[in-house]
Amino acid sequence: MNQLLTSIQQILRQNSQGQAIDRRQFLKLAGVAGTSLLLIAPSSDNQAANINADNASTVGAVELNAFVSIASDGKITIYSSNPEMGQGIKTALPMIIAEELGADWTDVEVLQSPVDSARFGRHGAGGSTTIPRTFDQMRQLGASAREMLLIAGAISMELPKNELVTRLSQVVHPPTGNFMRFGQLAALAAKQPLPNAKTLAYKKAEDYTLIGTSVTGVDNLEITTGAALFGIDTQIPDMLYAIYHKCPAIGGKVINANIDQIKKLPGIKDAFILKGNDNVRELLDGVAIVGSNTWAVFKAQQQLVVEWDEADASKDNWPAMVKQAEALAKTTGATTVLDKGKPEKQFTDPENTTLEAFYEYPFVAHLCLEPMNCTASYQTGTAGGKDTLELWIPTQAPERAYQVTQGLFDLDNDQVLIHQMRLGGSFGRRIYNEYVCEATAISKRMNAPVKLTWRREDDIQHDFYRVGGFQAVKGAINSNGQLVAFKDHFIGMLNNGKAVSGSRIHATEFPAQNIRHAHISKTMLEIGTPCGPWRAPGSNTSAFVIQSFLHELALAGKRDHLDFLLELMGEPRWFESGNIRSLNTGRASAVIRLAAEKAGWGGKLAAGHGLGLAFYFSHAAHVAEVAEVSVDSAKKLTVHKVTVAVDVGPIINMSGALSQVSGAVIDGLSTMMGQKITMQQGRIEQSNLHDYKVLRMPSVPIINTHFIQSKYPPTGLGEPALPPLAPAIGNAIFAATGERVRKMPLAELGYTI
Amino acid sequence: MPIGLPVGLNEPYAEMSWLATMRTNGVTMPKFILQVNQTTHTIDAEADMPLLWALRDLLSLVGTKYGCGIGQCGACTVHLAGKSVRSCLLTVKDAEKLPITTIEALAQEQNLHPLQQAWINQDVAQCGYCQTGQIMTAAALLTENPQPTDDDIDQAMAGNYCRCGTYPRIKSAIKEASALISQNIQILVPPEGDLA
Ligand code: FES
Ligand code: FES
Repeated sequence: MNQLLTSIQQILRQNSQGQAIDRRQFLKLAGVAGTSLLLIAPSSDNQAANINADNASTVGAVELNAFVSIASDGKITIYSSNPEMGQGIKTALPMIIAEELGADWTDVEVLQSPVDSARFGRHGAGGSTTIPRTFDQMRQLGASAREMLLIAGAISMELPKNELVTRLSQVVHPPTGNFMRFGQLAALAAKQPLPNAKTLAYKKAEDYTLIGTSVTGVDNLEITTGAALFGIDTQIPDMLYAIYHKCPAIGGKVINANIDQIKKLPGIKDAFILKGNDNVRELLDGVAIVGSNTWAVFKAQQQLVVEWDEADASKDNWPAMVKQAEALAKTTGATTVLDKGKPEKQFTDPENTTLEAFYEYPFVAHLCLEPMNCTASYQTGTAGGKDTLELWIPTQAPERAYQVTQGLFDLDNDQVLIHQMRLGGSFGRRIYNEYVCEATAISKRMNAPVKLTWRREDDIQHDFYRVGGFQAVKGAINSNGQLVAFKDHFIGMLNNGKAVSGSRIHATEFPAQNIRHAHISKTMLEIGTPCGPWRAPGSNTSAFVIQSFLHELALAGKRDHLDFLLELMGEPRWFESGNIRSLNTGRASAVIRLAAEKAGWGGKLAAGHGLGLAFYFSHAAHVAEVAEVSVDSAKKLTVHKVTVAVDVGPIINMSGALSQVSGAVIDGLSTMMGQKITMQQGRIEQSNLHDYKVLRMPSVPIINTHFIQSKYPPTGLGEPALPPLAPAIGNAIFAATGERVRKMPLAELGYTI
Repeated sequence: MPIGLPVGLNEPYAEMSWLATMRTNGVTMPKFILQVNQTTHTIDAEADMPLLWALRDLLSLVGTKYGCGIGQCGACTVHLAGKSVRSCLLTVKDAEKLPITTIEALAQEQNLHPLQQAWINQDVAQCGYCQTGQIMTAAALLTENPQPTDDDIDQAMAGNYCRCGTYPRIKSAIKEASALISQNIQILVPPEGDLA
């Protein structure tokens, strides 16, 4: 722990030029140190005194529960226990606590909690599940602390508790106007027994004063002044810097490397081969280079010559996958997912119009702007003591690091101290912990603290990609222009016999659930390229296929796309009532109507403009989007506007919610426009932003977002606004030009933006 | 013009000079004098070490970020003699003795830069990783052109990538800061917790 405090002092000294931020930066860092102290000794008074010495404004702070403490000067500290990666929960979750507590938000400081699931519950974040999973827990934490303050208020003011309320960090007696501040009551409140959760009362939604408002992110001052610390910013005294070089064909093993030559390079301390356990999520074979700064090891990596054994390495080849899929498209899939009614009869009925199409979507990379990194300090136990490991990890799943360090390094949880660092983006990437294993292995070998930083090139070439794939779809439209049958042959991918994240299709896939005759089947191809969750896995590609194809079908039936979609939804019904993860056609129709209305559907457009509509249900969210585009004769696409309608129930932080939607729209456009990962002989062919194209500011459309704040439980927004974007754009391009988009990225079809 | 190319989606990749020079080795850690945030530092580094790594690893100024290392993302943007530069492409040798400003010193004394205040007001950041680079590029823009049009902003910011897609709010914040500057408003560093 002293190590960390020394490093704080060091940073402070070195940063003394930027005087204006010192105080805040110091408080911030003191907070980090404080959390570590608490982790080791949660209830030791001595340790608490240490924290207070560093941070004058928390003198007399007492804990009301694991998440909430209040200082005598009124400052309220709330822990955020889940990783912050840009999805905004470090602000949104404490808002829920503060609302129930009756806190004045300006009194609140939010700190990232230590990793301690016994105290804080599960720490992970992903799948847009954090809000639905923790909303009630956060309310309970706030209500429980409020109850303790009310009891303390009743005692101190000698007033009946049931006549007291909390607001603006005060316990108030409305009949007389008497009040006491939280800071004055905190010490007495902390002495009250923890209230029984079952007896707690909760605020009514209509009485909320904080939930639903726009609150700026709790770390914005630190972020804008450069004081926010991401994983990659970790600095520990005597720390070394490392890279880890793996086989460009995933899974290749090291035979030999020019280690001796590398060791002689300037700034290099050591270089060695590590044998892995052949698990791509843990530790693959590779060469570690350790030096005195990041540049020294990056540069030395360029001189590294490795002889690889590629016998078991990936041999993936993207063009070959496309060929194989095109051949399969003409067949029905080996595995039947859904077979209902008599779709074939509908397809051969001469009264019906039958349409077939083949859709393709590529592998894509996560490209978190902060590349994979981890700082590990492995210390061999002295005088018979146990080995210890301290880790600073930007991760979506902190507890998984325990599993891998146990499995690979035989360390029990009590030998491992994990700091969850801010993540410079994740999008599903950092649920795997291989960079943690690599850093740990290197630190163990060096018996010194080591920061492992991946070069951008390694980050792109050793990702867990959004899986590419194909769907051959077929539909029949009757003479009234209604969809009567739907068929989908899904061609997906397996890693070691298991369907990879996102390579799935369910029997409930829209519109199969909504019509009488449907058939869904799948064929799965074994590949060596590792895949993993990528913002709205599965949905982000199926939405493109199905919502584009529904537009094709609507046109084949000479129907207005909006009417056609609403007709498919039919009467309001909830397929599995009570299950927020099942489609509710009433909510769906409402967002579809709203997006269309706000986008001016059916109205007059500027010459050359086209509107495209798409709806998708994923992550318990109903989202509809309408894109307005035009395309010039050189196929330069302009996206003028994207109108979004969302129902995720009540919004917690309006500012954060709008950010998530607009970020997802831009991410969707960036991905569909220019991004594609391809492989040759198992090697990823893209390496950096020059050959992996991303969207820049000049191409960004106007984004208008509308929320329907229905009374259903609140659900997450990190992902579900992304899937409808690609089909909305594709449909709009058709409306503007008559050219159908059945393949991403658009750059491959000659479009620019 | 910024050193390091603001590269749009369709512009070609320019081979960076350091890619060629980094293959020459055998340099034994000479000393360089860096003028960073009005403080003089003497560092031991290879002549071709990009300023980015000198700032981050040797001077612990970690607000300047690594994103791509090839001048394509702007996360590493700092000011060199008032101009925005990509510190991943500028060697310590070339930066020597020139006045360098990093994000840590953009706020002066007790005053936030108007862009920093606008960034907080507009709640721009998502993950936040790109934002220091965005702000440094925007600050150089406002110095040259205090009243930029939308097009000016698009052009100046085109080299700064944001993975989280915060572009619309970046643009709004630049406009807000531009208005703050024209009204000559001084912004104090807010006390703890005063950011709501
Ligand atoms: S790190 Fe310098 S431009 Fe990307
Ligand atoms: S805010 Fe995440 S990269 Fe810009």
